Amino acid sequence: MSDATLRVFRGVGTVGGQTVDYTVPVAPGMVVLDALHYIQGHLAPDLAVRWNCKAGKCGSCSAEVNGRPRLTCKTRMDDLPKDQPITVMPMKSFPRIKDLVTDVSWNYQVNKKIPAFHPHQNTDWKISQIDVDRVQEFRKCIECFLCQDVCHVIREHDAKAKFGGPRFFVRVAGLELHPLDAGNRVGLLKEELGIGLCNITKCCTEVCPEEIHITDNAIIPLKERVVDQFYDPLTMLFRKIRGQ
Amino acid sequence: MTTSYETREHDVLIIGAGGAGLRAAIEALAKGASVGVVCKSLLGKAHTVMAEGGIAAAMANVDAADGWQPHFRDTMRGGKFLNNWRMAQLHAQEAPDRVRELEQWGALFDRTDKGAILQRAFGGHTYKRLCHVGDRTGLEMIRTLQDRGVQLGFDVYMECTVTRLLTDGGRLAGAFGYWRENGRFIVFKAKSVVIATGGIGKAWPVTSNSWEYTGDGMTLAYQAGAELMDMEFVQFHPTGMVWPPGVQGLLVTEAVRGEGGILRNKLGERFMEKYDPQRMELSTRDVVARSIYTEVKEGRGTEHGGAYLDISHKPAEYVKKKLPSMYHQFKELADVDITKGPMEVGPTCHYVMGGIRVEAETAQSTLPGLFAAGEAAAGLHGSNRLGGNSLSDLLVFGRRAGLGAAEHAKRVSYTGVSEAQIAEAEKELLAPFSNPNSESPYAVHRDLQKVMQSLVGIFRTEEDLKKAFAELEQLKTRAAQASVEGSRLFNPGWHLASELKSMLTVSEAVALSALARTESRGAHSRIDYPNYDPVWEKKHNIIVREGVEMKRRESAVEEMPDELKQLAMAD
Ligand SMILES: Cc1cc2nc3c(=O)[nH]c(=O)nc-3n(C[C@H](O)[C@H](O)[C@H](O)COP(=O)(O)OP(=O)(O)OC[C@H]3O[C@@H](n4cnc5c(N)ncnc54)[C@H](O)[C@@H]3O)c2cc1C
Ligand code: SF4
Ligand code: SF4
Ligand code: FES
Repeated sequence: MSDATLRVFRGVGTVGGQTVDYTVPVAPGMVVLDALHYIQGHLAPDLAVRWNCKAGKCGSCSAEVNGRPRLTCKTRMDDLPKDQPITVMPMKSFPRIKDLVTDVSWNYQVNKKIPAFHPHQNTDWKISQIDVDRVQEFRKCIECFLCQDVCHVIREHDAKAKFGGPRFFVRVAGLELHPLDAGNRVGLLKEELGIGLCNITKCCTEVCPEEIHITDNAIIPLKERVVDQFYDPLTMLFRKIRGQ
Repeated sequence: MTTSYETREHDVLIIGAGGAGLRAAIEALAKGASVGVVCKSLLGKAHTVMAEGGIAAAMANVDAADGWQPHFRDTMRGGKFLNNWRMAQLHAQEAPDRVRELEQWGALFDRTDKGAILQRAFGGHTYKRLCHVGDRTGLEMIRTLQDRGVQLGFDVYMECTVTRLLTDGGRLAGAFGYWRENGRFIVFKAKSVVIATGGIGKAWPVTSNSWEYTGDGMTLAYQAGAELMDMEFVQFHPTGMVWPPGVQGLLVTEAVRGEGGILRNKLGERFMEKYDPQRMELSTRDVVARSIYTEVKEGRGTEHGGAYLDISHKPAEYVKKKLPSMYHQFKELADVDITKGPMEVGPTCHYVMGGIRVEAETAQSTLPGLFAAGEAAAGLHGSNRLGGNSLSDLLVFGRRAGLGAAEHAKRVSYTGVSEAQIAEAEKELLAPFSNPNSESPYAVHRDLQKVMQSLVGIFRTEEDLKKAFAELEQLKTRAAQASVEGSRLFNPGWHLASELKSMLTVSEAVALSALARTESRGAHSRIDYPNYDPVWEKKHNIIVREGVEMKRRESAVEEMPDELKQLAMAD
């Protein structure tokens, strides 16, 4: 068994704080969250960390490991360079509470703005598997908020007041493409969720632990809906002519 | 001395935001009650999110012969007739409607080729009965309930831990807790309280359960004077991961066996042929867990002390589609490609059948105004739970608890909260900051887990259980002396110090009940009493508090009406 050094952010509140180095014995197959638990259990009992499932299913343990937003429960120690300390920082886009724990309440506020599933009337609730498969991707989201963390609109421009962020574009896609949904959230996308601010950098897709193709499969088709509904006179004309 | 606290008022206070708590909240809201939901984690992160295999409901979409009667019979037989028959009946009858309701609120299940909800086979279920979404059923369920609740408008208190129920002359008055973020105190005044706090698995080291499963809700109820029941029945799921060490205990869903997975020992023998030739891998969990344990103990285990579970005979694409999260879990955490080779698996502490004693129709505990549902409640599963019967339990009895609580709230008015009780609760919580000792709560927790694993595990004996008592006594003393570093701001060491008390309470209740039950039944296996005892078939163990003492009593199992008896016994 060898040792590793974890350089972990410690600090209370939104300002100040510093990193502290901890030496942790490495066992086979160990993940960064195991190392953080070792630190809690033996070196710093008050180290604040969120986690629940330890299996990549709940999206609680998000942090920035060696500068990259990741689930610490799915980040293997043996995948990281051994010759330098492993840095573990809290998500940068959210206000810090303590150590690795950040205030993610803004996400829950955005979620409240999105109208829930609204079924077609008189449906017999028969759905084909193909239609289910088409939306499954968006419904896999575990709300780790790593995509929100990495998106420059939130991270660099702090546009939280007028932007929903990739997580919630995924959520809207999951509702809009539900085979029996009769709601329309296109106006919401354009206005409250500010989908126009996204300039398709795809950073969100790169960090998503559920491998959801956020940009290609959710954001771009939703942007097209916005264009169709609000800007494109030709499409609108065609629609009128074809009676759609 | 009382420090400051904020006060909130709700007709119905729900402790726990898993499937049971959220379903209860939705029902209470629908009945016009004002509802507050408290949870230790963020919303959407409760255990329910991790459920994989599916929800058991006799919808008969795949096997037309299914119906509530076979589901009832399977549940009673799986629980070895210690179940509350009325709960088992209501559960089997109402589960299909509860699933349809989920669908109407937006949940999307996998489909049959006729477009109905698809159902898969699971251990102990005679028919294909589990409605599912690949292997992430719990995620779909919790998101659907969460969004429904948000839409109806409940108040959620996230990352807030309740440490005590408040009573006023034997009447329930509310609850006391603290915010994890800043350590500040909060008092809830409530007319009814629903406990939906889940289980107790964190008292064991090898477990599929998260840090939240410390038995808080059962301890709250016990401290307030309600009865606990059947606490000896702790389910060890047969298939947890065994390697590498960091993932030991993580669940390997039963859906792997439901989809055709085969168990073998290191000699390549399909050993279930020996233990249950008829049902094989799809035998009940108690049987499969004991079989794997026995194989390993007799020297036929795998390299890391487990059994092989193999699904690689199925087409790779099929495995990836039906078991995507298992595929990723093994690939990423254990370097194993389950479409190409076997997994190594062994028993892991998973679920507790025992819990707060409730009445079937209303989910009310023995303390008026206090309700319980989900894993925190006892009765439905008897001595052994069938896979998939938990998610359906959450929906059926979550709804009933919400209804019962809302109706109770209509009949009573708020009662005063006692300043003395609040002061005591504060003092107890703050003690670790001024304890002169330097006992680490983490060290006490590790030692408790060792005791429970080695002395109160899958196989039990009188000698071990007696030893466990002596050890638990010492651990209680040490826990009372636990001290913490740092401040009240998001301090996990401090949180654990308080949760240790719950874990010790439920551990003692398990050991006390396990010692008394001198037979083997369902998940409770006594090496010194390996057979069923017809006398114990008629008795529950009840745990109550008398002063500071934990007392055990026995209570008769309620007799089934004749027609149900015939149904349960019929082949
Ligand atoms: C990995 C895994 C897979 C599973 N798969 C299946 C399956 O396929 N099918 C099936 O039927 N069952 C399955 N189960 C079992 C099932 O998921 C659980 O039994 C069920 O989800 C429990 O739900 P619950 O609502 O009772 O509690 P939970 O969902 O655990 O919720 C408990 C809530 O109580 C809160 N809480 C606890 N203590 C306090 C406190 N002191 N103060 C405030 N809040 C508190 C928690 O924060 C949480 O919100 C699985 C379990 C696991 C662990
Ligand atoms: S693609 Fe859009 S939403 Fe995603 S990170 Fe880039 S700007 Fe943000
Ligand atoms: S879309 Fe992906 S990255 Fe974003 S919150 Fe969901 S799971 Fe996380
Ligand atoms: S702990 Fe659940 S995703 Fe990491």
